[in-house]
Amino acid sequence: MSGVHLTVLLSTGAAVAAVVELLRRRHIREKYAVVWLAVCLPMIVFAIDPNLFNRLAHAIGVINPPDLLTVLACLFLLVVCVYMSWELGRLDDRTRRLAEEVALLRRDVGTGH
Amino acid sequence: MSELRRVLVVVPAWNEEGSIGSVLYEISRSLPTADVLVVDDFSSDHTAAIARAAGVDVISNVFNLGVGGAMRVGFRYAADRGYDALVQIDADGQHDPAYAPALLEALDSAPGPALVIAARFDSSEDFPVPRARRWAMRLLATYLSRLIGCRLTDATSGYRAYNRDAVVLFARTYPADYLSDTVESLIIASDAGARISQLSTVMRERTAGMPSQSRARSLLYLSRVALMLFLQVIRPRSALRPTAPDQPNVEEKP
Repeated sequence: MSGVHLTVLLSTGAAVAAVVELLRRRHIREKYAVVWLAVCLPMIVFAIDPNLFNRLAHAIGVINPPDLLTVLACLFLLVVCVYMSWELGRLDDRTRRLAEEVALLRRDVGTGH
Repeated sequence: MSELRRVLVVVPAWNEEGSIGSVLYEISRSLPTADVLVVDDFSSDHTAAIARAAGVDVISNVFNLGVGGAMRVGFRYAADRGYDALVQIDADGQHDPAYAPALLEALDSAPGPALVIAARFDSSEDFPVPRARRWAMRLLATYLSRLIGCRLTDATSGYRAYNRDAVVLFARTYPADYLSDTVESLIIASDAGARISQLSTVMRERTAGMPSQSRARSLLYLSRVALMLFLQVIRPRSALRPTAPDQPNVEEKP
């Protein structure tokens, strides 16, 4: 195993450990943790057997396998960003509705001056 | 004995206008002295109006929080008002309120959290459930039974009774995540040293509304449960223990 692959393996292992520790302390929601762990799993497999990734790249028709890795990483991060935007909008909407609700309740209770 | 306890029946409801009326009527006949709270989880139909017309207390959520979120509201309400016991009954008509007095009778009111689950099917298994799902439920129930130290045939039933200490515990910790609140709450209760028991009951078909379990949701549900059981193994137990040091019922479970 070359130094590069060992580095990938170690850093991915560290990422898995970090996510599991966050889960253990309840500092991250399960649904987000599952996404990050799902990314780490193939990374570990490919670090252990780099030829597997090369063969996958060639099978799809990619001449330079690292290009495939870059494209996949960009696509994944794009999807995460779009999902986060959607979630942010939903949270913003809910916060506004809560603020409205509190304002109306304050008027009813008689503390809203 | 149970007549002296102040009992709150919590009915989480989301678009159940077809069944909520008869469920509330049956509750009032089975538990005439209990207070009833309907937590209307942002229904778009007449659920809240029908419940109000029936004369029970109704809390309407500002947006949809899911069954777990609705139950959190119910637990906090009961904890704030000092109820001695809480009975959770679904609004879709599957849970026959006639069993509620027996559930309360079986409920341990000694200090320390305790809850009683009305199991969905007993040994006669007359309730139709798809085979794969029944199999998975049985596997899950077997594992949970070992974890909890009580034989459970149906861990996913949402028909339950809780004593005062369990209400206080869940007002703080009831899981609000999508799906899985019933199983995760059992794990939380077990970690907090709760006494858990079950009562075999016969469940009815839903009287109205849509069944909430499709095949994809069942699969999602089971994988979430698998993840939760894994987390239960790696997470420290102490996080959920009652804060009072003089609780006698918090010994380690093997």
